[in-house]
Amino acid sequence: MITDALTIVLTGTGLIFFVAGTVGLLRFPDTHSRLHALTKADNLGLGLVIAGLMVQVPSPLDAGKLVLVWALAILAAGTTAQLVARSALKKGQSAPDDEGMQ
Amino acid sequence: MIDSLFDLVLCALIIFVAFAAVSGRDLFTAIVFFIVYGLMVAIAWLRLEAIDVALAEAAIGAGLTGVLLLGAYGRFKNIDAARMGSWVPLPVLIVIALAATGLSAAVGVVLIALDPNGLGLIPAVNANIAQSGVFNPVTAVLLNFRAYDTLLESIVLVVALVGVWTLADNSAWGQRVGKTQSVRANGVLQSFGRTLPPIGLMIGIYFVWAGSSQPGGAFQGGTILAAVGLLSAMAGLFPPPRVNDARLRLSVIAGPILFLAVAIAGTAWGGMFVLPADLAYGLILAIEIVLALSIAITLMLLVLGPPEMTETPQ
Amino acid sequence: MMTWASGWLIYGLTGATLIGLGLFGFASHTNLLRRILAFNVVGSGIFLVFGATGFRVPELGADAVPQALIITGIVVALSATALAVSLITRHASLSGSATLPDDDREDR
Repeated sequence: MITDALTIVLTGTGLIFFVAGTVGLLRFPDTHSRLHALTKADNLGLGLVIAGLMVQVPSPLDAGKLVLVWALAILAAGTTAQLVARSALKKGQSAPDDEGMQ
Repeated sequence: MIDSLFDLVLCALIIFVAFAAVSGRDLFTAIVFFIVYGLMVAIAWLRLEAIDVALAEAAIGAGLTGVLLLGAYGRFKNIDAARMGSWVPLPVLIVIALAATGLSAAVGVVLIALDPNGLGLIPAVNANIAQSGVFNPVTAVLLNFRAYDTLLESIVLVVALVGVWTLADNSAWGQRVGKTQSVRANGVLQSFGRTLPPIGLMIGIYFVWAGSSQPGGAFQGGTILAAVGLLSAMAGLFPPPRVNDARLRLSVIAGPILFLAVAIAGTAWGGMFVLPADLAYGLILAIEIVLALSIAITLMLLVLGPPEMTETPQ
Repeated sequence: MMTWASGWLIYGLTGATLIGLGLFGFASHTNLLRRILAFNVVGSGIFLVFGATGFRVPELGADAVPQALIITGIVVALSATALAVSLITRHASLSGSATLPDDDREDR
């Protein structure tokens, strides 16, 4: 019972971060601020969802697999964000006072 | 009730994303939506309790196909906008739309007419799984009950690779496969390429090993290993192999050859592809391990494409 | 007894819709890369129809035979896609066009 409540609170909070990240992705003007919204909010959101699921699994091994999923997702998100940011900078799509592309 | 609601929302999203992928404004948008589409279809497979298919769809359908399409997009960049293609003329478009709607409706009618309590081949699989040598029914079907399909499929992979390689320019033959990668030394991509392979290798080998009793197997594990190889090659950590390397070619055909040998050996026990129940586990595991290696290398070579490097061999 | 909310039928009908959508995309663009993409949508729609029919009685779980054939199909679809991508990139590098000659507006 208490674990179910914990799961609902944690995953619910995680989903709020996902929504915030998605709103940022849709609303922010340029590539760099969009990345900022997306990577930070979504990594935290995923972490909260994972934490919410971890209290449900039967064994520490399964919990370890969930943590591995989170770690890999953070690693991949961080790397791709860097690569996207660098490529946007090269194309000059994201000067600080950019009006936004498209 | 809430379950059906989730299914309905997921299916609506899948159709929306597929529509965006098919009719996206520009090519890049379309490809990105296609990758998202693949991941959502993988979730649909989880809802249908087809975990092995979900793994294959996420890794191959979304992952490797996405890399292939993005790679091709990169090579289309220097084509003039006027020659990038367009929609077909409107009258033709209307005819196509009608035909496509008709086809969807016909398939839908057939589905609705189907016996909703049909069991398919579930009883047959359950009755014979004890003799198959493995506990994962999907692996039992792939490597025992319908092994001939899987054998032919592993040969299709080799044939496709031969097809891809025949498209190499004469001057590039004998070079390393794929395009020359330009990567910043010790940049983010390189450190990612160094961090991920140990974890990826472990997960890929685990998938192959687990395939006999849990979701996993040669295809899913082999795809993860292929992704590890692709990442390392794209990060410039090791040069891709040369197209005429004998060891490379041997590793591409090793899996199908072992598979074929076991299939022929089956004639001693009563016919092609017959595996005696007491030896089945060992034979299936041996085929899976060698096949996973061949699949990994073939998939990696398929995605890297024909040799295009122009620099002289050192 | 059949209800419209049965899970397998929702996914089966989604697959049927995807087949039509993919066919539409395949025939409506002249860009060859878009055609390959749409071809893959048709493929996964067919897989979804097939896989859904193997899950008509959820109490028994998913039928392993369609699952195995679909995994085979996904790998074959990737092989075909890789071959097609190599063909069109070679075609593009030789002709400078992303479409077939008949569809190329400039050649008309």
